[in-house]
Amino acid sequence: MSTPHIRQGSLEIVDQEKIISRGSLYVAQARLTAMMKWIWMILAIAVANPVLYLLSIGIGVGAFIDKSAGAAGIDGVKYLTFLAPALLATAAIQGAIDESVFPTLEGFNWWKNFLGMNATPISGNQIATGVFLASFVRVVGTVIIYWFVMLAFGALESSKAWLAIPTAVMAGVAFGSITQAIAGLLKDENMFFVIFNRFVMMPLFLFSGTFYPLSSMPIYLQWIGWISPLWHATELGRYLTYGHALTQTMAITHMVFLLTLLALGIFFSRRIFTMRLAK
Amino acid sequence: MIISAAVAIAEARRGRLGERVYSGRSRAIFERGYIAFKSSTWMVILSGFVEPVLYLFAFGYGLGELIGNIESNGLSIPYAAYIAPALLATSAMNGAIYDSTFNIYFKLKHDRIYHGMLATSLGPLDVALGEIGLALVRGFLYGVGFMAVVAPLGLIPSLWGILAIPAAVLIAFGFAAVGMALTTYMKSFQQLEIINIFLLPMFLFSGSFYPLTVFPEWLQFIIKALPLSQAIHLVRGLTLGQINLGLLGHVSYFIVMIIVGLFFTTKRLNALFMK
Amino acid sequence: MSSPLITARGLTKKFDEFVAVDEIDFDVARGESFGLLGPNGAGKSTTMRIIGATSQRTSGDLTILGMDPEKFGPQIRAHLGVVPQQDNLDMNLSVSENLYIYGRYFGLSRKFLKTKIEELLEFAQLQEKRNAKVESLSGGMKRRLTIARGLVSEPEILMLDEPTTGLDPQARHILWDRLFRLKEQGVTLVITTHFMDEAEQLCDRLVVMDKGKIMAEGSPAQLIKDYSTKEVLEIRFGSERNSEMADQLRGMCDRIEELPDRILLYSEDGEALLEKIYSAGLHPKTSLVRRSSLEDVFLRLTGRTLVD
Repeated sequence: MSTPHIRQGSLEIVDQEKIISRGSLYVAQARLTAMMKWIWMILAIAVANPVLYLLSIGIGVGAFIDKSAGAAGIDGVKYLTFLAPALLATAAIQGAIDESVFPTLEGFNWWKNFLGMNATPISGNQIATGVFLASFVRVVGTVIIYWFVMLAFGALESSKAWLAIPTAVMAGVAFGSITQAIAGLLKDENMFFVIFNRFVMMPLFLFSGTFYPLSSMPIYLQWIGWISPLWHATELGRYLTYGHALTQTMAITHMVFLLTLLALGIFFSRRIFTMRLAK
Repeated sequence: MIISAAVAIAEARRGRLGERVYSGRSRAIFERGYIAFKSSTWMVILSGFVEPVLYLFAFGYGLGELIGNIESNGLSIPYAAYIAPALLATSAMNGAIYDSTFNIYFKLKHDRIYHGMLATSLGPLDVALGEIGLALVRGFLYGVGFMAVVAPLGLIPSLWGILAIPAAVLIAFGFAAVGMALTTYMKSFQQLEIINIFLLPMFLFSGSFYPLTVFPEWLQFIIKALPLSQAIHLVRGLTLGQINLGLLGHVSYFIVMIIVGLFFTTKRLNALFMK
Repeated sequence: MSSPLITARGLTKKFDEFVAVDEIDFDVARGESFGLLGPNGAGKSTTMRIIGATSQRTSGDLTILGMDPEKFGPQIRAHLGVVPQQDNLDMNLSVSENLYIYGRYFGLSRKFLKTKIEELLEFAQLQEKRNAKVESLSGGMKRRLTIARGLVSEPEILMLDEPTTGLDPQARHILWDRLFRLKEQGVTLVITTHFMDEAEQLCDRLVVMDKGKIMAEGSPAQLIKDYSTKEVLEIRFGSERNSEMADQLRGMCDRIEELPDRILLYSEDGEALLEKIYSAGLHPKTSLVRRSSLEDVFLRLTGRTLVD
């Protein structure tokens, strides 16, 4: 038997003010602790993903496209350079979804650990914000790694290229926050993912001007790009990494779109988490 | 029909594997799968069919415009017709892998469905065949569905192309058998993820989007040995009507996968449940 | 006695049309051990979640530590230790990480938690499992961890929803001992349970709930006194004859209950009643005289039909 502990009681030891100001950080800490168990896997994916895609599509498919396009190139550059910013934003979005949707489903449906958190002074709002913050950290890491791989592939031509990091992160967390809110609504997520991946993610990935300019798609498909955070981030990314023509108005539009989505995503995740926990 | 074929194969192997592992009633497992089928399962199957179609439009037509025609065995082929068979082969693989890994893992570890099944007169091979039967039906549906979309678009220039449907079933069978065998060795969900980590590069480099000739020889050699590359070349040979003995080589490759997969699945289920 | 720690008046919770908790009134005093008894679906867990300041009541008044949980949820939860019916541990984390992170949710310092975790691991007898993933624990271990987790913040009120379901008898008795010690230190306990022996062991006072309402309230001894007799005589005539014999036995005691396999006779003196039966020329196949228990009260108040 160890020395018996003298009980002080929660009235003594619990500091309410501290929880109110830092609660979401505690939740993020829990998420990051969980992520650390996977850190090698997360890093491996973060590195392998850009390398594989840039090699296979950027260089492989690129070889055929560059040959056929001649000196004009695609949007004035090599296909690899054209493609890379889109893949950067895609990786950000994928990482954000992983870290927002799975923890949310675990927390509400599979393990119900959010109910455990909510039995403490932690509020639904703080849980939602904490999950978001942890996913933000993962996205920043993923994007930075991706950016350096792009650098190694010689896909960055502009001196402003580093600014593509924040724009890609913004696309990732904006999309992630929306999916976090949606995941918070799911009672029976059975099959949700397969369907979500194939009917939402896949079309967005394929038809957001990712692989060729949006303008070369039939007009009746171009709306997919307009509503897609991927397209908005890709346009910004292309401007920043190689100087793709972009008017100031459009640049602002893209930013406003992504920030609005982010604000809505955070607002609704907090709302939905709180309401669901109070049921 | 597919199931009776599967059963027939198993029957033929019955003597060798012994009565202990096979009671000839894999049909019951298949029936369970049918009853357990939910409307959402249909959505998953449908979505698996939609995926290659989306890729076809995005890559075949979108990128095709930038790429133009592509050379395959000396023929100049529109890009969409070049990648269509690869997409069919890939969706047969993906469907089979999903059915035989995540689905099976859940039944094995979470729902403990096999514990119940194997407490009856059913043997492990019944379970394996019954489960894999479901993957075959899916492979068949994808084959037929995809054909119905791409043939009217003129992407199947050869009549041999009709054989792409049984080829999709064969491919699904091979992947499902090996997938299920691997799943029985998995200890956690994380390990299952490893399967996915292998699938992505295989998909990206197996010659779906361009001829393998762009790669150095040594790399071509490795890629050709991978099952997806085998599958793509089999289906592409059929849809483009480039028939040669090499196709038989691809077929044998999948037959070996099926035999090896079933052997290890049975062995492993035996070890897990019939100790 | 100071003012009650928990006061509920007309507490009601509806889920759409379904009334889970139906205008109940109760008080829990500081340092008291208060039990909620009732069959499945009686509304115990819902009541627990409302007291736990996580579920919002539909109507009625509720004060916990002098605060309204609707307005001061986090402030109230800061002083509660909650052990839910279903373990909701963080499966991503190891055993000690679960305790650590849970402590963080109360804003507790690393230094405090370092010693606290050791104490709790010992309490839950999970020292050897400290670095194990929660997923790999047995059901009983998970339960012990959930209970230990509820104690990390040294709560004023400990809420235990069927704490010993899934525990073996050894672990049950150890837990009872620990809970008793907490009570001695002034911790208020609110407990729901199916186990009548547990309720008798742990609760100073309890309420029996059924279909969202409180059927009875009092100490275990008082409830037995009010709703049962001192002793119960159980006799069997064989399943065919029980019903016919029961008719003859009516009037010989305060209350008689006829079950398919046996007849229960409620009496202040079981032996005397049995003799009376023999002298009336009736010869049951088996007979048993026992003390009346909380289970008799429970079954009388909530009926014998299966609820689910």
